[in-house]
Amino acid sequence: MSFVLTEEQESIKRTAKSFASERLPITNLRTLRDTKDAAGISHDAWRAMADLGLAGAAIPEAFGGSALGYAELGLVLEECGRTLAATPLVSTVLLAANAILLAGTDAQKSALLPPIARGESVVAFALDEGARHAPQRISTRLEATAGGYRLTGEKVFVLDGHIANALIVVARSAGVDDAPDGLTFVLVPQGTPGVTVTRTNLVDTRNAARVRFDNVTLPASAVLGTVGTARAHLDTVLDRARIGIAAEMLGAIQETFERTLAYLKTRKQFGVAIGSFQGLKHRAAALFCEIELTKSVVMDALRAIDENRPDLAQLASAAKARATDTFLTVTAEAVQMHGGIGVTDDLDIGLFLKRARVCEMTLGDSAYHRDRYARLLGY
Amino acid sequence: MIDRDELECFRGEVRAWLEENCPKSMRSPAREDEDVWGGRRATFPSGDAKSWLERAAAKGFTAPTWPKAYGGAGLSGDEARILEEERVRIGARVPLKSLGIWMLGPVLLRFGTEAQKVQHVTGIARGEIRWCQGYSEPGAGSDLASLSMRAERDGDSYVVNGQKVWTSHADKADWIFCLVRTDAKAPKHEGISFLLIDMATKGVSVKPITLLSGASPFCETFFEDVRVPAENLVGPLNGGWTVAKALLDHERSLISQIRDAAAANEESLESLARRYIGLGAESGILNDPSLRDRITQANMDLLCNKLTMRRSSEARAAGLPPGNETSMFKLYGTELNKRRRELMVLIAGFQGLGWEGDSFSREELTRTRDWLRSRANSIEGGSTEIQLNIIAKRVLGLPD
Repeated sequence: MSFVLTEEQESIKRTAKSFASERLPITNLRTLRDTKDAAGISHDAWRAMADLGLAGAAIPEAFGGSALGYAELGLVLEECGRTLAATPLVSTVLLAANAILLAGTDAQKSALLPPIARGESVVAFALDEGARHAPQRISTRLEATAGGYRLTGEKVFVLDGHIANALIVVARSAGVDDAPDGLTFVLVPQGTPGVTVTRTNLVDTRNAARVRFDNVTLPASAVLGTVGTARAHLDTVLDRARIGIAAEMLGAIQETFERTLAYLKTRKQFGVAIGSFQGLKHRAAALFCEIELTKSVVMDALRAIDENRPDLAQLASAAKARATDTFLTVTAEAVQMHGGIGVTDDLDIGLFLKRARVCEMTLGDSAYHRDRYARLLGY
Repeated sequence: MIDRDELECFRGEVRAWLEENCPKSMRSPAREDEDVWGGRRATFPSGDAKSWLERAAAKGFTAPTWPKAYGGAGLSGDEARILEEERVRIGARVPLKSLGIWMLGPVLLRFGTEAQKVQHVTGIARGEIRWCQGYSEPGAGSDLASLSMRAERDGDSYVVNGQKVWTSHADKADWIFCLVRTDAKAPKHEGISFLLIDMATKGVSVKPITLLSGASPFCETFFEDVRVPAENLVGPLNGGWTVAKALLDHERSLISQIRDAAAANEESLESLARRYIGLGAESGILNDPSLRDRITQANMDLLCNKLTMRRSSEARAAGLPPGNETSMFKLYGTELNKRRRELMVLIAGFQGLGWEGDSFSREELTRTRDWLRSRANSIEGGSTEIQLNIIAKRVLGLPD
């Protein structure tokens, strides 16, 4: 394993960088927000990204993907993080595609993965039910019926839920609400009777939805793989997504910091650049160290997925917790260092602050991941 | 690039050499009082420690990457890494701890004259001379370049007058490398020279300083009309600041490496917490949730720091230009170590408060004193604030 990028990786990074800055700059997010866009993403740009092989980055070639690996997908996420690009990378590529890949039958993979890789299908992952991330606490019930299954319950914070062609729902097929086992992934196509999708408008302008299932009738084939076995895959699916979102955060963190540094060098007060004041210098230097540490753990965690390392869960929690905390610190400091202009909507810095809060709550905040890390280490 | 097979063949040779030459009693971690520092007044905890040093020095393995002509083994970076891996694999002690090897030697190899290399570098590699560092002065701490100890030319000698402070183990060292003022009129960075002084010279005296921890690793060192041969000047006259900065880089990475190695050999925070605080019978987690969170935060930061050091060494191995990472590692490593030491004392509760006596185990007393000692980490070798200045200026390019 290596922290030094290969030539191929450098080239992927360049491709992703120019794509993000040309097709998905921050102005794109502003337009989606200001025009109250119904979809909340640019489908055209997403399909163009898919044409570059980026939507199928983590999908094997046998299922239409480009099988780039996570070290490479991480670079794409990083560049998208820099421009706050609204894409279904987290919902579809990291969460749903991995659930299908790990739990699905070959037939399901062949049917579901190629359209994802082509950028034609957005698939959302419906997991959480309460006010915070709690992947083991599932009360949405999946009950066997004569011809298949019946699904009842409610999911919240379903990323890209309102534009998804299908949902993968984490449902309880056996046991009490917080039993570790008895979970099943079920596929619910858009428009299935009994499914109510309500878009929730979040502070970062990105997409999420609340989804209700009222006695939804599903065929037996809706189950990904075998009933009751989702638990074996859930942690891996979530850990890959946590690491992926940490990579997105890393990009956003670096962008925020670079913009702030440029401001410190150009903004003059008392006749000098404010970056010459030790009160700001030391804080900037301290942030630099935090960012370097974040970069290392995110890079290592991405490589841990590619190498199938046994400490993946620990690294995922370390990376998610560290990236979250750094993102919150850096954006808060960035707004403060920009002064008055930092709290205006005109300046992009505040958009990063908003994104940080949403990333924090996505797939577990840092306290959640410290608790998990400690449990994994047995204390 | 050396062939992989050749390297593996080298590994075989090293393994055999270590097996034959490293005494069995040297294959366990050394307590602090068992460390071997060499020098004219060298003390050894055992005959094995002495012969381990002699054998390693004869092979050049005390300073593996230095040229053979000056007492090293002339190994490449890859070979030295293999030697280190094999040493760690059998748990063998470092045969010689030495500021000369860690700090002065690399600088003399770069800036020294041929005669200086032959005399001093070889003596360092063999463990014959123990060195200490004369940088800080009572009036020159963080503002090191304002130092005032004078060296005036008189015939073939310099006459040195002044005082150094925080000289580590000056009471046990044979020689001292000093920054001295050789031009009082020049701007402060441009009137400094780098001078090597034999501590046995008339006019040199030493007084140990007692720290909060009760230990006295540092001294005040006084110089009164000390005559130093002019050939002991390293680098150009009044060009000592460049030499000094190169050496400080070695010192910073050294301090972070020592902390890292110490942390690797010590009991983990969670293991300590299991003993002193305990796990809940039902919950299976530590009985103090707030402390548990702080322990985990420290563990994660330790992991991130370790990964960052690895990332930096991989970048250097790949030939990428070095950044100013040493400042970052010095800064973060020492702050992290202070946090860890504080947590260790906190975890032990009342048993973390002992100063002496039978109510506390040896381990507990050491832990408390280590915590006190760690307070100096972020001050010595360039304070945390100085490292932040360096990062702001050299890495981030922020204006003065």
